[in-house]
Amino acid sequence: MVEMNDAHAMKTKGARGRLRRFFSGIPVLGWLLGALVAVVLEHYLGDPLVDRIGLDKIPVLFGAVIILKKPLMIPGAAVFLLLIYVIPIAVVARAGKTLSNRLAGALMRFPIAVPALVHLGLLYGAIHIWSDVSAYRVLTLKLTFVAIMLTLSLNVINGYMGEFSCSHPGFMALGAYGASVFTVLLFSSDRLFGDPLLPEALGPFLFPAGLIFGGLIASLGALVIAIPSFRTRGDYLAIISLAFLFIVKSMIENLEFVGGPRGLSGQPNYANLPTVFIWTVLCVWIINNFVRSTLGKALNAVRDDEVAADAMTVNTRRTKMVAFMFAAFWAGVAGGIYAHVLRYVNPGTFGIQKLAEVLAMVYFGGLNSVYGSITGAVSLSLLSEALRPLEIFKWIIIPLLLILVMIYRPTGLIAFREFDVRKVMQPKSNRDDEV
Amino acid sequence: MALLEIRHMTHYFGGLRAVHDYNLDIEPGQVRGLIGPNGAGKTTIFNLITGIHRPGEGRILLDGEELVGRQPHEIAARGLGRTFQDLRLWRHMTVLDHVKMARYSKIGYGLVGAFFSTPRRNREEAQIEEKARELLEMMNISHLADQMVPNLPYGAQRRVEMARALSTEPKILFLDEPTAGMNPEELIQMMGIIRRVREQLGLAIFLIEHRLKMVMELCEIIQTLVFGEVIAEGPPDDIKNNPAVIEAYLGKEIVE
Repeated sequence: MVEMNDAHAMKTKGARGRLRRFFSGIPVLGWLLGALVAVVLEHYLGDPLVDRIGLDKIPVLFGAVIILKKPLMIPGAAVFLLLIYVIPIAVVARAGKTLSNRLAGALMRFPIAVPALVHLGLLYGAIHIWSDVSAYRVLTLKLTFVAIMLTLSLNVINGYMGEFSCSHPGFMALGAYGASVFTVLLFSSDRLFGDPLLPEALGPFLFPAGLIFGGLIASLGALVIAIPSFRTRGDYLAIISLAFLFIVKSMIENLEFVGGPRGLSGQPNYANLPTVFIWTVLCVWIINNFVRSTLGKALNAVRDDEVAADAMTVNTRRTKMVAFMFAAFWAGVAGGIYAHVLRYVNPGTFGIQKLAEVLAMVYFGGLNSVYGSITGAVSLSLLSEALRPLEIFKWIIIPLLLILVMIYRPTGLIAFREFDVRKVMQPKSNRDDEV
Repeated sequence: MALLEIRHMTHYFGGLRAVHDYNLDIEPGQVRGLIGPNGAGKTTIFNLITGIHRPGEGRILLDGEELVGRQPHEIAARGLGRTFQDLRLWRHMTVLDHVKMARYSKIGYGLVGAFFSTPRRNREEAQIEEKARELLEMMNISHLADQMVPNLPYGAQRRVEMARALSTEPKILFLDEPTAGMNPEELIQMMGIIRRVREQLGLAIFLIEHRLKMVMELCEIIQTLVFGEVIAEGPPDDIKNNPAVIEAYLGKEIVE
């Protein structure tokens, strides 16, 4: 079936088919190089070009805000997008196809870590140069990375393990407060905790320890719900975890030493873009390793048939417990980073609204898939930023989109797909040559 | 002493007596059958032995070690592999992953390996995969390794389940109606597979089956279960001619 569809797609006449054939066989490396060229162009030629075509400033989010706010400037924004992004990326990716394929092939001969680091380096380079244009872009990127970590970790429970957990913002809150208390107590002078206990210079080095501390607190929280709730399945876990979310929230609201409902501020500025990027990569790498190992696939076995999993020597209880605590750990780390990105947390953030957001990202992107979680988190984060000028209508459009996805792809956009790093980075043979 | 020894196993579901004073000895390499009409308690006996239910009374000894009270996965890891009447395959997993999964208890790399993809993990995963492919080869389904299970024809699904059960490296293989719903051709193939498994791996096999022809051909000793009680036990020829069995199981018409 699949092959037939492919063959069919290859044969399709018309603009789309031709476009697809024109851009086939370009490795990820080629696209990354194209993106890098585009952002460098924007960095150096962006401002002069903006003056020439009569825009106020460089469109921050690919012109989305301009389209919705100032319709008269749409032509200008379109020209800018075309000249800075579309044409350079297309030209570089297509013209450099042979070169980038050869390069990718050469890289793959090294141990897997080498090509992986090269790709990540290029990706980070592009992101960094892109974000240099405005502080808004930096913040959006950081929050998107936090969303990726959250979504992926929730996917471990709701997708890979097939339970419906609602406590993720609760774990995030535990991590956010854990990490915040760690850094504020040790490294910054604050009205709640007084003078720093350690020299401030140590701070950035111990920041990872703070995040891990936050993650471990979240894991402990997970243990508290895991023990009673894994005696039952399905709806009961959803209800217990929802209760847990409210317990965490009201507990923090009533803890005066972390600021109660007013929140906790004064987090040192440790969560810069490279730090957030590295943590996100770590999170994706470790979770992907886990779900691709036989130990991690035991989660799928437990989800699809627990009795059979048990009979095939899988320790189902341990498997569920580990996955739950593991997911909570990463939610906690994401919470810690979130707190240090905003440099302020209050318990109100971690409520139903946050839960709905994360759940939407998981189900939109696709269950049981690392690709899906990244897609879901990135697309919904950026979409929600892009539609900001619509104000209240944003909350009509995004749910509508979700409903459409649920109708046409009930398990999400990219569900049940393995994320094979090696395959992603491989050079691509041109299909036209094969046919 | 027998490989598996069951003494005076009795179990109630609420007020219903499902199994009464059940005894069993399985020697290494022996093929035993368990027959009986629907609802006689055959699958319950399997579930009791493999730990899904905990028997109310009685002892179950594998190699002299007590199994009652252990978790199903512990019992499976000690050498009781099983298949299910209703297959119970994992519908979002590939054939190869099924067979790899059943080696869970033999994985030594632990969580550190799972999280960080250490050399030890890669080595072990490669070994697991090699073993799994050998089993697929043995079941003649190696060409299906990367298929998702729901896409396969029924006979192939049965083979996947058999490969999965063998992958736990059992000492005794419990087969719960391995030919249920099969056509005659698939049935003959399945009998061939069971014979091959026994010859190549030297396993003991404990078989629940409705098709008497198959049980009579394969098994050395057969038990007949009616309402949770064994009414007859012996070699196929004795069972075939036992009036109590004929009456309870085959029905009276056949006698005439």
